[in-house]
Amino acid sequence: MRRAPLALLLPAALGLAFLVLPLAGLLARTPWSELGPRLAAPGVLTALRLSVQTASTATLVCLVLGVPLAWVLARVPFPGRRFVRALVTVPLVLPPVVGGVALLLALGRNSPVGGWLDDTFGVTLPFTTAGVVLAEAFVAMPFLVIAVEGALRGADARFEEAAATLGAGRWTTFTHVTLPLVAPGVVAGAVLCWARALGEFGATITFAGNFPGRTQTMPLAVYLALETDLPAAIVLSLVLLVVSVVILALLRDRWITGA
Amino acid sequence: MLDAHLVVDRGAFRLDVPLTVAAGEVVALLGPNGAGKTTALRALAGLTRLAAGHVRLDGRDLSGTPPERRGIGVVFQDYLLFPHLSALDNVAFGPRRQGRSRSAARALAADWLDRVGLAEVAGRRPRALSGGQAQRVALARALAVAPRLLLLDEPLAALDARTRLDTRASLHRHLGGFAGGALLVTHDPLDALVLANRLVIVEDGRVVQEGGAAEVTARPRTDYVARLVGLNLFRGTGSGATVRVGELDFAVADRVTGDAFVAFAPAAVAVHVERPTGSPRNTWAATVEGVQRHGDNLRVQLAGPVAAAADVTPAAAAQLGLTPGRAVWAAVKATETRSYPA
Repeated sequence: MRRAPLALLLPAALGLAFLVLPLAGLLARTPWSELGPRLAAPGVLTALRLSVQTASTATLVCLVLGVPLAWVLARVPFPGRRFVRALVTVPLVLPPVVGGVALLLALGRNSPVGGWLDDTFGVTLPFTTAGVVLAEAFVAMPFLVIAVEGALRGADARFEEAAATLGAGRWTTFTHVTLPLVAPGVVAGAVLCWARALGEFGATITFAGNFPGRTQTMPLAVYLALETDLPAAIVLSLVLLVVSVVILALLRDRWITGA
Repeated sequence: MLDAHLVVDRGAFRLDVPLTVAAGEVVALLGPNGAGKTTALRALAGLTRLAAGHVRLDGRDLSGTPPERRGIGVVFQDYLLFPHLSALDNVAFGPRRQGRSRSAARALAADWLDRVGLAEVAGRRPRALSGGQAQRVALARALAVAPRLLLLDEPLAALDARTRLDTRASLHRHLGGFAGGALLVTHDPLDALVLANRLVIVEDGRVVQEGGAAEVTARPRTDYVARLVGLNLFRGTGSGATVRVGELDFAVADRVTGDAFVAFAPAAVAVHVERPTGSPRNTWAATVEGVQRHGDNLRVQLAGPVAAAADVTPAAAAQLGLTPGRAVWAAVKATETRSYPA
């Protein structure tokens, strides 16, 4: 076996250290002795519950809208499909704060859509829990769409033809053949989507603000705590880190290597 | 029962094939790779759009009907069994779509699996089935919806030789018991001869010959068909008892005038070192181009005024010194030839 050249090994080791050291620092500074009481502090649980609720709802919204969008992009040829595909990925590269501003301009009470919602249904989105869900869904949906579209394009469309020759219409074929075939991709996409929604900060704070119990999710709580109570910020960060690692482990074992 | 005229455009390739299948009949669509056989099958099933022509089944025009409402079953070349369903649920899929309850569909599927001799693997997923089993599950799945027309795309091509023999026999049995029409797409002449009542031979998107097995094997009309059935085939001009092929006048047994084919088996071609004399034979000077094993004999490819194949015994080949480049005489008796109008 040939030795790897130092010119590659050294930067590789540095890169690894760069990725791992901050996490080690977080663990090193964690106040392990007071972990229990700190986790039980009312603010932590509230923020955690709100985060999980909004991230889960946002993922649900992404599934309901994103899977059909992915199907259309993968299966229905139409002019401008490449452009639409690029459009879908914009939130992926857009700074989340800009996303928040854009949502505010589109759905704020002074915007046409927001004003109409307010007048007609009495529904206000900015600075509400629903606004948190929208902000999270906005930034997280591309993860789901890309994962599901990739799975759809990788799945053999001839299974759908076989289903058609057996009398299945397009909707039945979608629910009974296509979805089961791409289920691993949908699950992986949903988990990524959920993780992204859980960590959302920029769009959320811009569009929904930072009200404890209503719009203050974990990342917002971490940021706020950093200024007033450093150990609390560390504990909150630790919780998010643990959640991320668990998700990574789940993805690795079940869907990435298995698929 | 089926009356179709399939016209499909695929860039430079154009398929233009008229097809009829009667109830209870098995028609083989035979042709080389790329002839458009699978395209024809897809067009019948509604999976590929027709550029022109029509598909009529029992008098009903299906040209604009989506595949799920055509009542045409398909056994795909690689079966396309749904990987997430058991063999039983694969077969039950169609009956379920026809509005049967889950239990009724499963009972019907179990019955079909039993008929193809696979009751014991009903619970297995497709990836746990052998090639022959998967083929039979695919057949049961297609038949379980009681289609009026059954299409089979190279149903035995994915199987090894031994399994192919068994599966061909079982397929023959099931097609025999099938009341509707069946269209078999294949490039294997043996499949076509064993399974079909009638052959339709397609080359380059066109029908080049059509008829019963005996007719097609006795009187090939293209080089491809002649190769399939193992005959030398030449096209020339007949004037009674002779057919002129290029520079050569063949004395033939069947009188024919005008554009004509002459066909004879490689075994009917004798190879000599000296020019043979005597009995009424067609002889010509030829050069050995190549020698291949063919069953117990050797098949010698001869170049000359006509390119022909001759079968000789290994002993004769050794005696004659048949190595490439060797100049020899080829001879065929008039009574060993068949001639017919082109």
